[in-house]
Amino acid sequence: MKTFAEHGFPGRLIAVEGLDGSGKSTQIYLLKRWLELQGLKVFFSEWNSSTLVKNATSKGKKRELLSPTTFSLIHATDFADRYERQLLPLLRAGYIVLCDRYIFTAFARDTVRGCPPAWVRGIYNFAAMPDMLFFFRAGLEISLQRILDNRPQLKYFEAGMDLRLSNDPYESFRIFQGRILEQYLAMSTEFKFLVVDANQPIETQQTIVRDLVAARIDLSQFGMNKPTAKS
Amino acid sequence: MKKISPVSAQKSSRQIVVPRSKPRRFYGLGIPGVELSKLAGKLIVVEGADGSGRSSQISRLVEWLEGCGHATVQIGLKRSTLVSEELELAQQGNILSRTTLSLFYATDFADQLENIILPGLRAGMMVLADRYIYTLMARDMVRGMDGAWLKNLYGIALVPDAVFYLNVAPQVLVERTFAKNQSLDYWESGMDLGLSRDMFDSFLKYQSIVAAKFRDLQATYGFTIVDGHRSPDEINQELRQRIETVLAGK
Repeated sequence: MKTFAEHGFPGRLIAVEGLDGSGKSTQIYLLKRWLELQGLKVFFSEWNSSTLVKNATSKGKKRELLSPTTFSLIHATDFADRYERQLLPLLRAGYIVLCDRYIFTAFARDTVRGCPPAWVRGIYNFAAMPDMLFFFRAGLEISLQRILDNRPQLKYFEAGMDLRLSNDPYESFRIFQGRILEQYLAMSTEFKFLVVDANQPIETQQTIVRDLVAARIDLSQFGMNKPTAKS
Repeated sequence: MKKISPVSAQKSSRQIVVPRSKPRRFYGLGIPGVELSKLAGKLIVVEGADGSGRSSQISRLVEWLEGCGHATVQIGLKRSTLVSEELELAQQGNILSRTTLSLFYATDFADQLENIILPGLRAGMMVLADRYIYTLMARDMVRGMDGAWLKNLYGIALVPDAVFYLNVAPQVLVERTFAKNQSLDYWESGMDLGLSRDMFDSFLKYQSIVAAKFRDLQATYGFTIVDGHRSPDEINQELRQRIETVLAGK
């Protein structure tokens, strides 16, 4: 499977993956600020899918209508929508696109739910590989603590309640996240995850991220096209 | 109290045939956790373009099957609880790109597979499908989607007990469509493909391409091609005979 660079796109896609509470969103936000302040063409993909697909997804979740198969398919639909209408045009236009989560979230989640891994991967094979993929690896307990300390209202699917792991949403969430972490780690080598130790201070992690990005991507190529003054 | 001998009371009911079961399989990796041996009913698919007589043949089959003492349930495209409304809207607005629409349809199919087809079969019913994965695959293939990708995607589908494709020439489809509706349908005319700006022209071209794709799929999936130019009675007669064979487990 090829990256966007290998496909000849002028843009580059950088994705972050990790458990909820691993701090990955903070890290990608700081990366975005750094690139923006250099005046580069950067776009943070917020996963805003079309209202239509979003409606179907939230209806399915609210009414707990989803099986592992339809959960997988409806998220693939949602991803395809973003991919075709947002990511591809931006990458064609030469942007550095930052994605908070990419197809590996689906690989991990759907596999834990019991979908055949080959089937899930086959569905997502229309998507090119990220040019860089950071995985923020925090200890399971630390990630859980960051999420659960706030005593959030865990949603049914978010907590993995559909897997009937436990009747207690918090306990279910713990087991579910543990299994997702196992899946991430199993994919780590195959998909060349750039593993960042997320137990370190935010600044230390961001230094690693920025250094790696600067080393691998020729940032000077991504300046804004300034409109040329007419003489 | 008058005793009713079982023979004289319900003479005809003794002739109700309990369908013989046959080993089942999925086309590909299937749906996780399904016990195939428990799917006692029969899955019968009728495929064909709009105007091929699909729906009226299915109504007749339902009547006949129920008359013979079999419980039936029906499915069709864009009928799932999960996404049918959104799919309809998406089509009206033509706002989704190819892969997205394809996956949306697959979601609709999977929802009905898990909530109607599989429970129906488990309960020993005759499931009649007004179109199945073949239409979805054919439509996507003529729009350039990768065949191997579709094959994996629809590997969730159960192999039906019988698949009938009602083959009707595009020229006849046009006439039947005009007999029923005021105008040709945007999607059934393949207008999104840009084959022709003339809708009539596009309809004929599109239906020919789809029919050719069905012939390709026939080679892989081996469904029965039924000549849809004959009278509805004649067609139904053929379908009944073939279904009787299926019920006998042959």
